[in-house]
Amino acid sequence: MDFSKTMEEKYIDILKQFMESQSEQSLYAGQQFSRLALEQKIPPEEIVNLQKSAMQKLMPDLPDEVWHSYDILLEVMTAYGFAFREYQSLIDTQKEFKNEMEIASSVQETLLGTSVPTVDGLEIGAISVPAKQMNGDYFHFVHDGDHSVNVAIADVIGKGIPAALCMSMIKYAMDSLPEYRKDPSAVLGSLNRVVEQNVDDSMFITMFYGMYELKKHILHFASAGHEPGFFYSERLGEFLDLEARGLLLGVDKGASYKRYEQQVEIGDMIILMSDGVTECRTDEGFIERETLISFINNYITLPPQEIVNKIFRDLEKLQHFQLRDDFTLIIMKRTK
Amino acid sequence: MEIQSCVTILNEWDIVAARQLGRNVAKELGFGTVDQARITTAISELARNIYLYAGQGQLCIDRLNEQGKTGLRIIAVDEGPGIPDIRKVMEDGFSTSGGLGAGLPGVRRLMDDFDIDSNPGEGTDIRATKWLR
Repeated sequence: MDFSKTMEEKYIDILKQFMESQSEQSLYAGQQFSRLALEQKIPPEEIVNLQKSAMQKLMPDLPDEVWHSYDILLEVMTAYGFAFREYQSLIDTQKEFKNEMEIASSVQETLLGTSVPTVDGLEIGAISVPAKQMNGDYFHFVHDGDHSVNVAIADVIGKGIPAALCMSMIKYAMDSLPEYRKDPSAVLGSLNRVVEQNVDDSMFITMFYGMYELKKHILHFASAGHEPGFFYSERLGEFLDLEARGLLLGVDKGASYKRYEQQVEIGDMIILMSDGVTECRTDEGFIERETLISFINNYITLPPQEIVNKIFRDLEKLQHFQLRDDFTLIIMKRTK
Repeated sequence: MEIQSCVTILNEWDIVAARQLGRNVAKELGFGTVDQARITTAISELARNIYLYAGQGQLCIDRLNEQGKTGLRIIAVDEGPGIPDIRKVMEDGFSTSGGLGAGLPGVRRLMDDFDIDSNPGEGTDIRATKWLR
């Protein structure tokens, strides 16, 4: 190897200089040499050998005991070399994992992708940000002609890869529901059976499903243990809980989900979220629902997409830019 | 052309004998001191696996001469319990001997060629070769 030849020459130079001067400068040269050696992934036993052969050239008359001592050092360092190679290989594996995760997360984005519908008279804003690379929250819109806009928001208890895998299944279960079954209580009923049969017992999913009737401006909704949303009444100037009772998906095969209704007037808003929003932990503990309301109030005159973006930005800042849970927030506002 | 010599591994002292055999052959073939140390480390690891997991077995050293290339092959054979999941023991971080920590994947990295054959209940046959450059 030509390269190690020059490494050997470099090492001899450094060693020779240091023997003459014992200067900090040649020690620094030694440090730079080690950086180069690490870059070249030269294992420690090779360095011991460099030292031995350099010494043989510079001081060939040393007693045999000195040369023998290098053999012990070489043996010891070979074990370190063994560990060094394993470390190198683990780093490579880690890089592979990281790449795979990135691919997985972009595959997930494509799989779970939904577009926010543009509907005359109904403005919609939505944001969903994963705490880690993969998102365990999920939201989905279906725009059903003049009839309705359907919205689903779900959260797998847990996060990361298992949660994301689980979500992909929910999405496909939902896509394969028959057209006529847009009724919230029926949707949750069928998804509950899918989850109960296909998902590990330790994993639960909460979901809110709403059907917004465009002609009558009525929101029909049902919830499977999901974080309650808000209904903002412009006439009252008040935020009310969108309370709905229902068991988490996957707990009980026979669970049924009651359907609720909310009349929506011009200026009213429907606010849906995952628990990553309310369980956002700040220095003072979890934020209260009241705090969230005050945040929304700050931006209430803005279009829904701007409101959700700004709230996310504010809450991210409150948490020092460390999300502990996936974060999803949806606002639907009747404008006429 | 193969000339083989073997050491039976029964106890920890036999590991030393196997190392000695390997070192003598490596020296004879003209391996440098660094490669000698690598070969004996690989021998230690393989012999130790036999001693710890199979109870007894054989460690043989072959001198190879193929197409003008000179090499040393370590053959570690036992009739122990075998390895149920070879892929797993070939993964980094899955230590077999607990000693050096890198186990079989470490041996593979120290040598040039590595071949493993194992059947549960029948035993294990590992061959690792280093070529003289």
